[in-house]
Amino acid sequence: MSTLGEAAGQALRLVAGADPRLIGITLLSLRVSFAAVLIASAIGFPLGAAVAVSRFSGRHTLVVVLNALMGLPPVVVGLLVYLLLSRAGPLGAMGLLFTPTAMIIAQAILVTPIIAALSRQVVEDAWIEYREQLRSLGETRFGAALTLLWDLRFSLITIVLAGFGRAAGEVGAVIIVGGNIDGVTRVMTTAIALETSKGDLPLALGLGGILLTIVLVLNAAASVVKDLTQRRYG
Amino acid sequence: MSDSPIVRVLPKLLPLQLRDVVFSVGGRRIIDGITLVLESGARTIIVGPNGAGKSVLLRLCHGLLQPTSGTIHWNTPEQPRAPRRQAMVFQRPVLLRRSALSNIEYALRVAGVPRKQRDARACEALRSVGLDALARRPARVLSGGEQQRLALARVWALRPELLFLDEPTASLDPGATQEIERVIVALHAAGTKIVMVTHNLGQARRLGDEVVFLHQGQVLERAPADRFFLRPESAEAAKFLKGQLPW
Repeated sequence: MSTLGEAAGQALRLVAGADPRLIGITLLSLRVSFAAVLIASAIGFPLGAAVAVSRFSGRHTLVVVLNALMGLPPVVVGLLVYLLLSRAGPLGAMGLLFTPTAMIIAQAILVTPIIAALSRQVVEDAWIEYREQLRSLGETRFGAALTLLWDLRFSLITIVLAGFGRAAGEVGAVIIVGGNIDGVTRVMTTAIALETSKGDLPLALGLGGILLTIVLVLNAAASVVKDLTQRRYG
Repeated sequence: MSDSPIVRVLPKLLPLQLRDVVFSVGGRRIIDGITLVLESGARTIIVGPNGAGKSVLLRLCHGLLQPTSGTIHWNTPEQPRAPRRQAMVFQRPVLLRRSALSNIEYALRVAGVPRKQRDARACEALRSVGLDALARRPARVLSGGEQQRLALARVWALRPELLFLDEPTASLDPGATQEIERVIVALHAAGTKIVMVTHNLGQARRLGDEVVFLHQGQVLERAPADRFFLRPESAEAAKFLKGQLPW
């Protein structure tokens, strides 16, 4: 307990003193995870909505696969991206391994199925209510998918958050493709893992606190936005 | 509704001819061999007991359902990618999470109306249903009656040649019902053919020029409204009229 208390005290001093190492790691974490969620949203939302409003053979299988991919193990994704980007891999010539870009790619792969599968569910539920009306107006399936995404925009915030939580919280993928290089690819989770194993508990604890706070603040903000807008738009 | 949309120069959509139309689900015939011609002009009211197939018949005509057998033939068939020339108002209107005005503008965009004309047409439609003061209000927080009027305004802006209404006042109070009926009469006066399903016989009397009586998926009777309510020809219709409360 005393170790924890001591470490927590030092962690607070690091945070309060705006330790440059701490800030660098935090900013890189945010940059990587935001970029990954942005890419995953750009792919996942249209994909989820398209699956929700279309009917084709094999659709059921696709839905099952999408849902299963939500549980993709980060280390497996890390390994696959590593193989793709390593010197001998098909994309090796791009020299992306051990860069933040590689980490963004890996996290985007992790988050895309989450956003696609959850938005598929939300859009499909709404499609039952909207289908006749939109078809009556002469809307195409593609148009209906976009209309539904926009109409459900407040519910989709929660899905983005689920994706961000997944990205910001995972270690397995970023540590493999990023390499946890100090000042280059070290993010909050990989730093926490490393510092803990080295015994530098204050830094690890400080980072852990920041990570928790970020996730908490984002969720609280999103919840307020969602409540306000829902009350306004019904 | 005076300036004519492009569709008016096309050959007329009506008459609509249904020949031996059957619609069955799981072997049960919900529509059981209906042959019917809908001409432009008169306001047609479809009545009948629950489960007679009234709503399904509207959906078949509107193209939301495909018949199991039989044919539905338009004088001028609608083109797949062209704007629709017929519209439908449902019992519960489905409105988008945006303002009343942009709900109408959305429908106009889908119908291929140029952006420059949308705002004026949407405002005019809102005025005609008495909702112009609520144009900027989010559609989903309007009252039930206002939502249904907005659904009618959306249809008004589209200027359809034919309008199907599926019990549009079923969940509304008398005041809101009266407003809706006023709009329906105005739409008809502006040249839109009205085909409406209702459970409210008072409403059928007020709005109907002719009545189609449906029973167990079949058309048992079709008559001018006055005669239908005074002297129904089929025993089922007589029984139906007697069993219904008079308001």
